[in-house]
Amino acid sequence: MEPTRVVSGRALPLGRANVDTDQIIPSHWLKRIERTGYAPGLFEAWRKDPSFVLNDDRYRGANILIAGANFGGGSSREHAVWALQEAGFRAVIAPTIADIFKSNAIKNGLIPVELRADTVSRLLAAVEADAKTVITVDVVLRTVAAPGVKASFPLAGFLQTQLLEGLDEIALTLRHEADIAAFETKRAEWLPRVR
Amino acid sequence: MFRTLSEKVWERHVVRRAAGEPDLLYVDLHLVHEVTSPQAFEGLRLAKRPVRRPDLTLATMDHNVPTNDEPAEDISARQIEAMARNAREFGIRCYPMGDPNQGIVHVISPQLGLTQPGMTIVCGDSHTSTHGALGALAWGIGTSEIEHVLATQTIAQTKPGTMAVTVDGLLPADCAAKDVILGIIARIGTSGGTGNVIEYRGAAIRALSMEGRLTICNMSIEAGARAGMVAADDVTFSWLEGRPYAPKGAQWERALDDWRSLATDADAPFDRDVAIDASTLRPYVTWGTNPAQSVTIDGAVPDPDALPADARESAHRALRYQELAPGTAVRDIAVDAVFIGSCTNARLEDLRLASEVVRGRKVRSGLRALVVPGSMRVKADAEREGLDRIFLDAGFEWRDAGCSMCLGMNPDVLRPGERCASTSNRNFEGRQGPGGRTHLVSPTVAAATAIAGHFALPADL
Repeated sequence: MEPTRVVSGRALPLGRANVDTDQIIPSHWLKRIERTGYAPGLFEAWRKDPSFVLNDDRYRGANILIAGANFGGGSSREHAVWALQEAGFRAVIAPTIADIFKSNAIKNGLIPVELRADTVSRLLAAVEADAKTVITVDVVLRTVAAPGVKASFPLAGFLQTQLLEGLDEIALTLRHEADIAAFETKRAEWLPRVR
Repeated sequence: MFRTLSEKVWERHVVRRAAGEPDLLYVDLHLVHEVTSPQAFEGLRLAKRPVRRPDLTLATMDHNVPTNDEPAEDISARQIEAMARNAREFGIRCYPMGDPNQGIVHVISPQLGLTQPGMTIVCGDSHTSTHGALGALAWGIGTSEIEHVLATQTIAQTKPGTMAVTVDGLLPADCAAKDVILGIIARIGTSGGTGNVIEYRGAAIRALSMEGRLTICNMSIEAGARAGMVAADDVTFSWLEGRPYAPKGAQWERALDDWRSLATDADAPFDRDVAIDASTLRPYVTWGTNPAQSVTIDGAVPDPDALPADARESAHRALRYQELAPGTAVRDIAVDAVFIGSCTNARLEDLRLASEVVRGRKVRSGLRALVVPGSMRVKADAEREGLDRIFLDAGFEWRDAGCSMCLGMNPDVLRPGERCASTSNRNFEGRQGPGGRTHLVSPTVAAATAIAGHFALPADL
């Protein structure tokens, strides 16, 4: 995973709440066995509507997505994160982001930014008024800045480190092999083993 | 110190704890299916890492398999073959299509007795919360986490909060477990459980069968919760005893003592507590495009402008998508299809309940009705009881096991504009096929709706 420190750029004002993972990437795209090739499936159904914001040329090249509450709810499909990243998004800003999506995002270097609903509304208004508005998400400072808006977002220290250093989490865990092996000697004997 | 069920299970799985870091938890059982795992196996291959504990890993094929005699289309066949190849290469037991143990991953593991109280269980599927019905701590993970669990048999997790949903009182006779969970989600919302493990408690939960508890825990994720649990009790124990992977003999006795000790301590505090009176619940039907947008079957489609401000925009959008007018009585909504299936409602009890309603009756003409058993074992058990005949005689299709029309990955999809009464768990836009419209209901309501052609209770027939 590539380290992620600062993302600065224009934003896509999606706005709506409860954007579920089936909207981000519909299930038929999940037949692929690769990690790539998902960008054409991003918001596939909504994109058929010419007035959908992703079809608005003014927002072409945006790398920050701004959405309503409960973004990324539903399935555990990491493909939702892959599709957003492939389409150029590097941060998602919303009042609340679903747990599994948030975890998947961090592991791929997509920054999940939860801000107060009124702050998100101000960012949306700014971007809708002027598509060229530049928003900066800073992982080091845990802040979001735009003209007239400055806000902090929560990000636990270890998640911040994960983003900043782009660590191989499996390699980190395998350093604790002795702890894992010791734990395994203490497990209850009745616990099932698949035969 | 007083602790809750989820905290007790969590604490006994901590492999490593360090200040400022998430706990490293041991995973007792890792369930794998064909759709979210191929990229994880590929990651292992690239890094030349083995699967640490193939004996604690079980794979099956469910999301993308055909449930009739038609062969899978090429791209799906490629995914199914990848699962078989990965299982072979990494030494993992896999129940492929055609195997008597094949089925929806969340149906087969409890059925085999692999899901046991006090275990940690993960799977690359959000409905892994289902297994909490037996007192396990079980949650859905993404593909990066799948790779991590395959390689290390552990997962780094931040400790979730605790939430009690206490359902007391007597559930009305025409209500099912599905109505309890739809009622809970209507009350707390799609993010009401975010960051928390929900423990379902109270007399109405205790009174439920294991199948009913599985239905309730299954939809915890629809309330945004990390997991859902029910403390193990005699219902759990008698359900488990004698199953292939359940402990035997002296081990069984030791396990029982241990499992009983996991129940939430009497004075343990929860971060959040919600009380529901079961006697106020009714059969629910969702009208919108998220599982919290529901009313009782006696009700009508709401006027979005009469809803709380933060729910209006979503409601307007949902009604446009669903092509429904505010004020329409739920019973006046006609459907084109009925789907009885999914990890929510495709166990034997669900099929029995539905078959009671359709016995001797006919599916409304022009309506497509599908029964997709949750596993091949459920299918075989149902056939031993003659349930297949009841459904077939009524005009239902009787399929092989799989996720099928719950998520529309295989050819079982709604056509654009079709409306479906579904026993599944998600009514998202296009969930059952692009342009399809989904209404979530219990198996009983689904069955009565198939006969009536519009939403109905058995008493309406």
